[in-house]
Amino acid sequence: MKIGGKLMNKYDKLVTNAAGRIVPTEINGHAAIPYLGVGKHRPTGRKAAPLISSCIDYPGDGNKTLASLKEALIKSGLKDGMTISTHHHFRNGDLVANQIFDIASELGVKNLVWFPSASFPCHESLIKYLEDGTIHHIEGSMNGALGKFTTLGKMKGLGVLRSHGGRYQAVQDGEVHIDIAVIAAPTADPFGNANGVDGPAACGLLGFALADSQYADKVIVVTDHLVAFPCIPWQIHGNLVDYVVVLDKIGIPEKIISGTTEVTKSPDRLLLAEWSAQFCDEAGIIRDGFSFQAGAGGTALSIGIYFAEILRKRGWKARFARGGSNKYLVSMLEDGLTEYILDGQTFDLDGVRSMRENPRHINTSPFTSYNYHGKGNFASLVDVAILGATEVDLNFNANVVTHSDGYLLHGIGGWQNCLFSKCTILPIPLFRDRIPVIRDNVTTICGPGELIDVIVTERGIAINPLRKDLIEKLKNSSLPIKTIQELKTEAEQICGIPEKPKLSEEIVAVIKWVDGTIIDAVRKVIV
Amino acid sequence: MDTIATAGNKGKTVRSDCFVTFEMKDSGGLEIHVESKVDVLFGNSIRELAKEMLDFFEVKNAFLKIEDSGALALVLAARIEAAIKKLVKSSMEFLPEFLQENQYSTAKDRNRFSRLYLPGNTPSLMINAGVHHPDGIILDLEDAVAPDKKDEARFLVRNALRGLNFYGAERMVRINQGERGLEDLNYVIPHNVNLILLPKCEKPEQIRDVNLQIDKIRKKQKSIDPVWLMPIIENALGVINAYSIASEASNIVALAIGLEDYSADIGTQRTAEGTESFFARSMVVNAARASGIQPIDSVFSDVSDLEGLKQNIIRSKGLGFDGMGCIHPRQIKVIHENFAPSVDETEKAKKIVYAYHKALEQGLGVVSLGTKMIDAPVVKRALNTITVAVKMGKVNENWRETYEQV
Repeated sequence: MKIGGKLMNKYDKLVTNAAGRIVPTEINGHAAIPYLGVGKHRPTGRKAAPLISSCIDYPGDGNKTLASLKEALIKSGLKDGMTISTHHHFRNGDLVANQIFDIASELGVKNLVWFPSASFPCHESLIKYLEDGTIHHIEGSMNGALGKFTTLGKMKGLGVLRSHGGRYQAVQDGEVHIDIAVIAAPTADPFGNANGVDGPAACGLLGFALADSQYADKVIVVTDHLVAFPCIPWQIHGNLVDYVVVLDKIGIPEKIISGTTEVTKSPDRLLLAEWSAQFCDEAGIIRDGFSFQAGAGGTALSIGIYFAEILRKRGWKARFARGGSNKYLVSMLEDGLTEYILDGQTFDLDGVRSMRENPRHINTSPFTSYNYHGKGNFASLVDVAILGATEVDLNFNANVVTHSDGYLLHGIGGWQNCLFSKCTILPIPLFRDRIPVIRDNVTTICGPGELIDVIVTERGIAINPLRKDLIEKLKNSSLPIKTIQELKTEAEQICGIPEKPKLSEEIVAVIKWVDGTIIDAVRKVIV
Repeated sequence: MDTIATAGNKGKTVRSDCFVTFEMKDSGGLEIHVESKVDVLFGNSIRELAKEMLDFFEVKNAFLKIEDSGALALVLAARIEAAIKKLVKSSMEFLPEFLQENQYSTAKDRNRFSRLYLPGNTPSLMINAGVHHPDGIILDLEDAVAPDKKDEARFLVRNALRGLNFYGAERMVRINQGERGLEDLNYVIPHNVNLILLPKCEKPEQIRDVNLQIDKIRKKQKSIDPVWLMPIIENALGVINAYSIASEASNIVALAIGLEDYSADIGTQRTAEGTESFFARSMVVNAARASGIQPIDSVFSDVSDLEGLKQNIIRSKGLGFDGMGCIHPRQIKVIHENFAPSVDETEKAKKIVYAYHKALEQGLGVVSLGTKMIDAPVVKRALNTITVAVKMGKVNENWRETYEQV
């Protein structure tokens, strides 16, 4: 196979992995391991370690502030080929990531790797740097315009998509070495201690930047709200920080609030939420002391409200709810319907306030919740996780990153990590517009079917045949339990059978499983 | 004569619909242009459908442009046919396959607690309506459709009646008033509509006209299922004539009231407590009961206020109504729960029905509870309450086997 000199560097050595997908085992010049199955890959040896630093090299008065981000980047030794990390706590209101690459471009630096914990539409302007070679490729998520750019094969390197937990794992495995971490912090002190609960750009917590602060060679904290030492709470420890930069504004508060934090008004989605909650109830999942994770989508939020109703009626409470927190989860905490919120990110100002004021609203990081190389993590302790998907196949494999037309449109987020809960439920419409959600084969496998237990659609509920216990519990249910094949047939009777998208053989990005192996590859879309 | 016609909807917020532009030409053959958000998955099938339809209507030279936001095939077909027929005179109809699941008729006295209004020209709201299980689904050709869209809505409603699964809901259409309404019937009667709603009824003649037109269509189509009528009283004259309207024909199954128009007609505004419509509502209830049909209340328009809806239903049920209209699927559950017999009503009815069966077994002509004799109409009402409660799953079908008389 002759692909041409330039492309050879992007990927090589294709094999078929344990999910039956053809994936490269050489990515951007580095060796990679194909997916081996759930729980099959166990690296040994020692984790990657940060450079040794000595406190005598840092200002004795604790003042690490510099005049500009540019100066901080130059002092951090910014040069060609480096990996620059940012985090996504500001979501679509981030004002920092773009500036880093503006500076890099101005300095003529080339072939950088951008390692964000997620990207958002506000990062669309980075396309010009992907085009001119300032950025070589992205390892993180590729949404919207960046997703389109990537899927059309225009990125110089191969895109790598990881889960939040997978990002921590990749850093600890040494698979990704962060040269410079830039941590945008709503509040910081001159020593570099920082938090997300105070300041005009308050976003709640900074958990996604934790690994970056611990493992990067150089750590720059950027803030628009500098306080005198000590900045309390210190979610990011100044002892790990090299430089502090004060900017006028680091984020747009109203855009920091996610767009998907309102309970849905869509009757179809409310039905999905109601049935999902009823399913959990009939399956015996909801009980005094249970735990749940509800994502940020409108449907998932509504399920939380149905859970709350059931708990209130019976005088029960959840032991903990896993956030993405928002006003609904906060009101459950304040009404005593859950004892704790273990929060990975806050989605609205009520979440931020609660995290600041309520000791039972705990900030967590991917280390405590999702890290493959932790000595356990709490994702598997959660009784039920409610997640989304763009497609599901007849074996319950699910896709969360690409559309049925082949385009990348979402990141993985914590989705893969949450699949390890005791019961994973995907409430999804049977078809979107005319596009059926249940396919013979998903366009991209992000999660293996053995971890996905229940699909709830507006026309019926399918239980994974592996979950004989759930099937047994629901056998006399008034809920419309069907097989996944029946649901697929029903959707195709309504929508028609879709054609297969025309995808090239050429690979533009890979999907990592939680353990760092390659579970699937994204193909270039032919236009 | 115009040479360009359009049909359908487009725009950022439009989903599951399409906008069709049809341009007749003198020469050059057929040109079909499709812009679709689902082009990768359905582009070819959309083009094939367009070609098939142009051939079907014997169009030889034309430009057909389809801007598609993920419309189902039956929606695409309705839009294409509507656009073509604005320029091409044809008595032929391009009909999507009739879903066998929709081949059912409804009983005259079935429950009509909830009937969900859907605008007849908005496919995105129709597609999933059935999964919310209202007692009836109304495809509205009248007030919910903009005047310039009323022609094209007929094709959409016709195709929806044929091809969308109603999941057992009573299949209803609200036609327009007057001549337009009679013409509307041509698009729906042949496609197994169960019930026609007649807006702004004020005279029995309106019922007669509609039934004449239905008979005319049925002679041609030989459809055998009954078509029920639900006249809607929406003004003072209608209220005064309520009984003669309700008793005009044997296929009238319910009499409804529309309070927005009625309040305006008597020169006032609709209020939450509804004092201004008390007389009208009572007239409708009495006219319906006198004719042996169901009285049905107006819609409650604040979709987000489910508690207000509940209070409204309690008042409505107290006045004697059997059901009401709804404009959002969220209202259905509240309507069913509150129009259905309450626990108290069911328990009381159980006592009476139990005593009734005991009297039957013992060959007694009189039903009594303790020392109290129960009148026949009370027994009848109790039997009806239990039937409804059983149907709604509130009472087990075999409840008498385990029932212990208190």
